[in-house]
Amino acid sequence: MANETRKLTMVKAINLALHQEMERDDDVMVLGEDVGVDEGVFRVTEGLLKKFGEQRVIDTPLAEGAIVGMAVGMAIYGLKPIPEIQFSGFAFQAFHQIENHAARYRARTRGRYHIQMVIRMPYGGGIRALEHHSESEEAYYAHTPGLKIVIPSAPRIARALLVSAIRDPDPVVFFEPKALYHAVREEVPDAEETWPIGQARVAREGTDLTLIAYGSMLHKCLEVADRVKVEDGAEIEVIDLLSISPMDGEAIAASVRKTGRAVVAHEAQRNCGVGAEVMARIVETAFLQLQAPIRRVTAPDVVYPGFARERGWLPDAEHVLSAVRETLRF
Amino acid sequence: MPRKSLDLPPIEYLSILDPEGNVDTKLEPKIPPDDLKRLYRTFLLSRRFDERMLRLQRQGRIGTFGPTRGHEAAVLGSVYALRPTDWVVPYYREWPAYMWRGWPLDNLVLYYAGFAEGMRVPDGNRDLPLCIPIASQLPHAVGVAYAARYKGEGSVTLAYLGDGATSHGDCQEAMNFAGVFQVPLIFLILNNQWAISVPRSRQTRAKTLAQKATAYGFPGIQVDGNDVLAVCVATQEAVERARQGGGPTLIETVTYRLSMHTTADDPTKYRSEEEVKTWEAKEPLIRFRRYVEAKGVVDERTHAELEAEVDAEIRGAIERAEARMKPNLLEVFEHVYAERPPELEAQREALVHHLAEIGETPPS
Ligand SMILES: Cc1ncc(C[n+]2csc(CCOP(=O)(O)OP(=O)(O)O)c2C)c(N)n1
Repeated sequence: MANETRKLTMVKAINLALHQEMERDDDVMVLGEDVGVDEGVFRVTEGLLKKFGEQRVIDTPLAEGAIVGMAVGMAIYGLKPIPEIQFSGFAFQAFHQIENHAARYRARTRGRYHIQMVIRMPYGGGIRALEHHSESEEAYYAHTPGLKIVIPSAPRIARALLVSAIRDPDPVVFFEPKALYHAVREEVPDAEETWPIGQARVAREGTDLTLIAYGSMLHKCLEVADRVKVEDGAEIEVIDLLSISPMDGEAIAASVRKTGRAVVAHEAQRNCGVGAEVMARIVETAFLQLQAPIRRVTAPDVVYPGFARERGWLPDAEHVLSAVRETLRF
Repeated sequence: MPRKSLDLPPIEYLSILDPEGNVDTKLEPKIPPDDLKRLYRTFLLSRRFDERMLRLQRQGRIGTFGPTRGHEAAVLGSVYALRPTDWVVPYYREWPAYMWRGWPLDNLVLYYAGFAEGMRVPDGNRDLPLCIPIASQLPHAVGVAYAARYKGEGSVTLAYLGDGATSHGDCQEAMNFAGVFQVPLIFLILNNQWAISVPRSRQTRAKTLAQKATAYGFPGIQVDGNDVLAVCVATQEAVERARQGGGPTLIETVTYRLSMHTTADDPTKYRSEEEVKTWEAKEPLIRFRRYVEAKGVVDERTHAELEAEVDAEIRGAIERAEARMKPNLLEVFEHVYAERPPELEAQREALVHHLAEIGETPPS
């Protein structure tokens, strides 16, 4: 049993983490819009209501602020709620609860209460969705002390990260790249796996340039790394950030000190985005090893367009490829 | 088909002790003399504390302060109905409830002097900290009450809010959730007629705030908020119902903010002296004093003793608080996360370094 694995999509892998953590700990519960009977609009909460009942799998009225706010109260009492925001574009209506309270309760009470909760939300573009269904909002949250922000890039790591997030005593915002929900399948062991929050991983080793990405951009970057090896003969190291906050500055620094070149890529708009933070850290820690300006590949600073124009707006492998080539050539 | 009226519950108004001190003995709650004396003492303590804090603010010894003069009957009458294992979710003025529940007074002085440590809820107390963003505490109360029921502890949650707060989305959302989940929770509105400069009539066109409960499917009641006994009875009934699994209640206490909104506010800009005078005549402390005197719980002499006692207590608290006011800037790095991430540790080290450079010894 212990060594068994299953080939799972990210939806199923996240679902596995929820099942196992809820089995392990009666204080873990999920709440949100359509998470019960409907099993989540993406089916992430499949089977939970049947197994754990409506005390722990709570179909709530439709109000994001109250979903997160109620979870704050549950966490004060010592429960470990996992509120689901159906789409991250609607989390702004709960943002004040996240910023004013979830993130600050430990500080506001100087340690008397803490908020152990994971706010899960599908995020990101590329699925031809309606307005407000495709944005990448990680930078808003990353600016908030007291929060942790993680973004998985594949099924196995998603499951491990979620288990760690649920057990983390601090509030974690868990962004699920919805373009990856069904895009990749991976062997996921039944046995427990965790991944420390705050730790990046090297998704591909290389010596000539460091590409830093997360979420669905990671896959485009890996594709570019393969192409560059064949077409340009250069070895690209790809770092999967996983944790946006706290950020693994060490992993970034170590890689760039080795390669001397860096490109950072994300789906979100550019201004004050996570890419700017990555670049700042490289400048602070590996300036003297740099052999070229750092480049970033991002969406432009405009509102997410209707899906007919999402191709080309969303940074793709071609964008990354040209930034990588320019940086290599510099 | 003729048009018909829907059968909606009527809204009750409850008052037991009138401004002259007359009691409706049929409705009067049976509060044991010791409790009455303790309630009266806490009332005095809170009133004197309020006055003292205003002076400290004027002397620049504490920061912005929100007085509670005029609200005490509503706060003490309601919190009295709880057990220590019940939960209190205040907004930012109900520290008389903390006093009743045994908070060290110096914590409050410390908090208003700008030291966040003062808001550390004492271990063992089931209270939430004061909450500045309006109405945002109310969804927390729903979560606490939900968790209490899940844990099968039979505890009840009492949440406070102002009349202004009832306009807020968080308030409407919390009441709606509370009704849907039937959690053991009491919403107690301190309708003090004003939200800073905006009168109650500009928060809602509704005739009462109590009737909002009807929309969420639970009972609402309006009570005289300057009457400890009426608030106490309404809360006891709500607590009882909540404990029996009967779900939430909304209590609107009709009262008045006799002082300014906060020390940063000048109420003469927006309300008349006559208005204040009419409410001074219904002042809750005098009314309660008449009651406890008639009950033989307090007389001239015990009153003087109590005054001396609470004054000494406040003086002691201020002294203790001032002794605790240590700059200790590095304290800000505590309690951000359970464990400090490397980046934050580096920022802390940098500040230690900076403090050393400007000749400030980092605290031990
Ligand atoms: C979300 C939010 N908006 C605005 C404010 C600024 N503010 C502080 S108190 C207040 C009025 C509140 O009135 P009410 O709820 O009636 O309570 P009261 O102070 O009268 O007891 C306002 C607007 C705030 N603290 N939070």
